[in-house]
Amino acid sequence: MTRLLALAAATLLLALPAFAAETIRIGFNIELTGDIPKVGESSKFAAEMLKAEINAKGGLKVGSKAYPLEFVYEDNEAKAESAVTAMLKLIEKDEVLAVIGPNSSKQAVPAGQVADDNQTVMVSPWSTNPDTTKDRPWVYRAAFLDPFQGPVAVNFAVEQFKAKSAAVLYDLSNDYSKGLAEIFRDEFEKKMGKGSIKAFESHGTKDQDFSAQLTKIIAAKPDFIFVPNNYNQVALIVKQAHQLGWKKPFMGSDAWGSAELMTLCGNDCKGLFFSTHYAAAGAKGATREFIERYQKKYGYVPDDVAALTWDATRIVLQAIQESGNLTGKLKADRKAIREAMDRIKSFDGITGKMKFDAQGDPIKCAVVVKINDKGEFEFTKSVCP
Amino acid sequence: MLASLLQNLINALQWGSFYALIALGYTMVYGVLTLINFAHGDVFMVGAYIAFFVASFLLAAVGLPGWAALVLAIPLTMLLTSLVGVSLERIAYRPLRRKGVDRLYVVITALMCGLILEHANLATFGASRKAFPTLLDEQVYTVAGVSVTNLKLAVIATALLVFLVLQRIVTKTRIGMAMRAIACDRFAVPLMGISVDTVIVATFALGSGLAGLAGLLFAMSYPILEPYMGALIGWKAFIAAVVGGIGDIRGAFLGGFLLGAVEIMVVAFFPSTFRDLIAFSVLMLILVWKPTGLFGVARTTKI
Repeated sequence: MTRLLALAAATLLLALPAFAAETIRIGFNIELTGDIPKVGESSKFAAEMLKAEINAKGGLKVGSKAYPLEFVYEDNEAKAESAVTAMLKLIEKDEVLAVIGPNSSKQAVPAGQVADDNQTVMVSPWSTNPDTTKDRPWVYRAAFLDPFQGPVAVNFAVEQFKAKSAAVLYDLSNDYSKGLAEIFRDEFEKKMGKGSIKAFESHGTKDQDFSAQLTKIIAAKPDFIFVPNNYNQVALIVKQAHQLGWKKPFMGSDAWGSAELMTLCGNDCKGLFFSTHYAAAGAKGATREFIERYQKKYGYVPDDVAALTWDATRIVLQAIQESGNLTGKLKADRKAIREAMDRIKSFDGITGKMKFDAQGDPIKCAVVVKINDKGEFEFTKSVCP
Repeated sequence: MLASLLQNLINALQWGSFYALIALGYTMVYGVLTLINFAHGDVFMVGAYIAFFVASFLLAAVGLPGWAALVLAIPLTMLLTSLVGVSLERIAYRPLRRKGVDRLYVVITALMCGLILEHANLATFGASRKAFPTLLDEQVYTVAGVSVTNLKLAVIATALLVFLVLQRIVTKTRIGMAMRAIACDRFAVPLMGISVDTVIVATFALGSGLAGLAGLLFAMSYPILEPYMGALIGWKAFIAAVVGGIGDIRGAFLGGFLLGAVEIMVVAFFPSTFRDLIAFSVLMLILVWKPTGLFGVARTTKI
């Protein structure tokens, strides 16, 4: 019996590539479990919604033929090493045409190398660390970069809080957090003078107690604390700072913007600001339509990862359409998609208009949102490059 | 400077309380069975989840106010978590012991039990984190630049109280004497008409109950629960127990606070990047100087 099953499985595996030409298979290398599962969930939900919409119309039209979409979701457990394995599996075993994700830079930086080495287009929806796409012709993204986000946060905080000094608490083992923290520090010191960063403290990804770092920060008396961390850590950091008597503001970054932030953080996070990709409260046009459909289907307001995944996937689909026709030969098709990606000069996404530069990075606006008393992310300011 | 130091002392006491409470469970099981129960960190995680469900149920379904829910949640969580610990012993460790296999296999089984608990949790409740409900309205008291909350004080007081009660149980009660007797000579105990299994079950119940209590307090202090929350803290608490002298309750208690203090103080005076590096170097030096731990007594292996 087992031998029979094994045989059946083997036949199935052999049979899979034969279908490759009939459908368009896209891989998703996302964070379904691990530290930031809500990020993976949002990504998957947005992708499912897009797939359902296109498949309901009979599939994606490429050349003269319509192909149904097939999305393969691979969990990278929010770990760098798993993201690499997941990427290899998608490229080699699932034989996908292109890959969306990973979202977080911690996974996207190493996985981008694999995609580039194996000549498969990868688009990260959410990664903001420059290294993800740097010198990797096959890797793209839908989010702005930290060298842009850092100054946005600095300028906003200086203006809003009338701040003359700041402290930073970041996650040392997270490329995103560390990169952004360093950019913020350099930018702030350039603007406010040397020594204006009064404390620059780090912690580990699995840490739950931040009291020692926060005690040090509070003793240094900065005007605000910059916390470029994932939403799960933010909830703990903000709460513990309040317990230690901190009453001054926090400034956050786009990793705060998960739908789960407010369930974890509650009242402690109300009234805080962070820079991000889009503001759900008060959105208009196509963005609003997306938000309403998503909310109706899944019961919560889509966070920026959902919106960026939507954009990233649509960019790839547009590239596939513009590649002319699919030959069914994987290598040639992947190459055609990359060439088509390079031809896309600008894209009108639900997270705003973007233009792509030579590195495959979009040039787009950032927004600063305030967490209002209802726990919504309210538009405060838009900053364009 | 003095205010910071005092603040960090309080931080260290709170953080150390969790290590101490978890380390007590390791050390008791080791004392009785000479088994390193590596599933203990995950029993702590299960305790936090049980606390979450008990508290949510009492608050939402029964509609109790926060303080009443807390009063009921403490014994319920401890009881349910000790059932988990006892079940582990029944299902996994006892059959192996009956077969008289080498201790190594029991330790490996314990490791696997821990992973099973983690992944059973992941499979049942999903990867998304749980936010622990507020049971106690937190008040921040600031005296001369030092901030404490009522919760922090409660955590530290509970840890001290648990230690005193446990010390009393082990030294003054019959079951406590039986535990020490087994630790002393496992083969002579049945000859004296003491049921070894009863004592082992009691040990697991007590140790896991404390892990449940630690889970509840931890969930109240750091109100975000996830399936892997027990792994790292469990490992560290085990190290704390070893440094204190595994098998000795005073050792586990002191080791827990020592580890908490070293971790917090390293961050307070050095770049926080060096925390684990310096903390564990210090602990290693202690072990090099005294391999049996602070309170440990060198014993020759019997069998």
